[in-house]
Amino acid sequence: MGSFFHRHKGVTPYLLLAPGILWLAIFFLIPLAFLGYQSLQSGLFPDFQFTWEFSNFSNAIRDYHEQFARSFVYAGIATIACLVLAYPLVYWIAFRAGPWRNLFLLFIVAPFFVTYLVRTLAWLNILADEGPVVGVLRDLHVLGPDGRLLATTFAVVSGITYNFFPFMALPIYVSLEQIDPRLLEAAKDLYASSTQAFLRVTLPLSAPGIVAGTLLTFIPAAGDFINAALLGTPSQAMIGNVIQAKFLESLDYPSAASLSFLLMGSILVALLIYARIVGSERLTG
Amino acid sequence: MKRHALTVYALLVVGYLMLPIAVVILFSFNKPAGRFNYVWEEFTLDNWVHWNSILGIQDAIITSLEVGLLATLVATVLGTLIAIAIVRHQFVGRGTTNVLVFLPMSTPEIVLGASLLTLFLNTTAIFQLGFGTIFIAHVMFIVSFIVVTVKARLIGFDRHLEEAALDLGANEVTTFRKITLPLIAPAMLAAALLGFALSIDDFVITYFNAGATQTFPVFVWGIARVSVPPQVNVVASAIFLVAIALALGNVFWQYRSAKKTQGAT
Repeated sequence: MGSFFHRHKGVTPYLLLAPGILWLAIFFLIPLAFLGYQSLQSGLFPDFQFTWEFSNFSNAIRDYHEQFARSFVYAGIATIACLVLAYPLVYWIAFRAGPWRNLFLLFIVAPFFVTYLVRTLAWLNILADEGPVVGVLRDLHVLGPDGRLLATTFAVVSGITYNFFPFMALPIYVSLEQIDPRLLEAAKDLYASSTQAFLRVTLPLSAPGIVAGTLLTFIPAAGDFINAALLGTPSQAMIGNVIQAKFLESLDYPSAASLSFLLMGSILVALLIYARIVGSERLTG
Repeated sequence: MKRHALTVYALLVVGYLMLPIAVVILFSFNKPAGRFNYVWEEFTLDNWVHWNSILGIQDAIITSLEVGLLATLVATVLGTLIAIAIVRHQFVGRGTTNVLVFLPMSTPEIVLGASLLTLFLNTTAIFQLGFGTIFIAHVMFIVSFIVVTVKARLIGFDRHLEEAALDLGANEVTTFRKITLPLIAPAMLAAALLGFALSIDDFVITYFNAGATQTFPVFVWGIARVSVPPQVNVVASAIFLVAIALALGNVFWQYRSAKKTQGAT
């Protein structure tokens, strides 16, 4: 076998790649083609015909533009909330936590170890009408006597924020950790105040982490349906909820498939706009 | 003063991250008054003792573990081979390979799940929804994470070790077995742990492709529409504690092997 590899050196990488790449081709790329094929079909379950039914797409936008907009607004707010919560924490871990760094990193990933659905359900306990949070907020008159947190936009957005927090925190941590401390010393030596040193050195150097974290948080958040389903009501429904219901409950595969494609496409457009704003070299770099 | 403000903020965020975990564990010891386990009533150990008294929960966990182990094993092998090819070889199509590996990670889960479902629905002669399709789906979405994790390690280590082995007359397979594999074994283990965690936690992709088969998250989804029994919290807490123990073990192992290599040089 060894001599085989020696004689056919050019073949080796392809042999190594073949099984994994084939798996991805058959179960990732080809399914996307099937999704496209399904999205242009018409008819009712189980008799669908391929008819180049482009009206599926225009109908999807006409009927569900509200859920689309909501998905992007919720995902956007959650992404910003993640950034505001995560940056100071990972900054503190990278520069102040000393030997406790790894322990605190474990705190960041710990929520991932609790099954997604169960940690979302935990927010039902925390935000429950009879729970302590609502009680305190009612006493402080932040909420009215019948005010609730569950089944509100706030509950859904905070659920999304909590669930995707590590995707924001970890890339920023990685970029902060790579900063050479001598750069900060140099800034100090050159009489930069700590605020100036942060704004001129630390923040720009952590920008790649912020960009990566934003993408990693925003993309799954925009496609999420679990938080809206468990913590919200139909008036908080996101596009994921519609796709899920159409695929698995009303068995309307063509319109579910066209909605999936629109979700992918609109995320792509959002990425391109984002790339224009932050600079494309940062996005790919 | 400013320093303290940052520390306080950081600890508050940590508290926020830990709060739902604490709630999950706490409510695994609750004795709910009605059907819903939302409000604290009284302490009990019954849920832990009779954790499998809910119909279907035990089968769901067994399915989750089986899928997790099998999919992780296959994905780790496939992913490691891809990582080696990308880092160690120059070949036509390397850029395309990188993109293909990156794409599943940047596609929303619901699209991954939905597109795979349309494949299976249109090829019912070959694929019937169930354990097999869950396994296929899990390998598909785990592979990319394995590639990324192992790649990072492969880029990090000294190529000269492999070249030296080849110069000394070892063939490629021996070099791989004696040099490369031991060096990337920790990364493979870390990647496998990540893959297993992703697999056992996945709901969206699984839900689309499970048919009538239930993994633990699918089971929770089904029962959440009726009422969530505290046994769900028991299982989630148990998974959490095992995962934390493994993660701590991994951190400790890396720390020790780092110390060992430091001592050797």
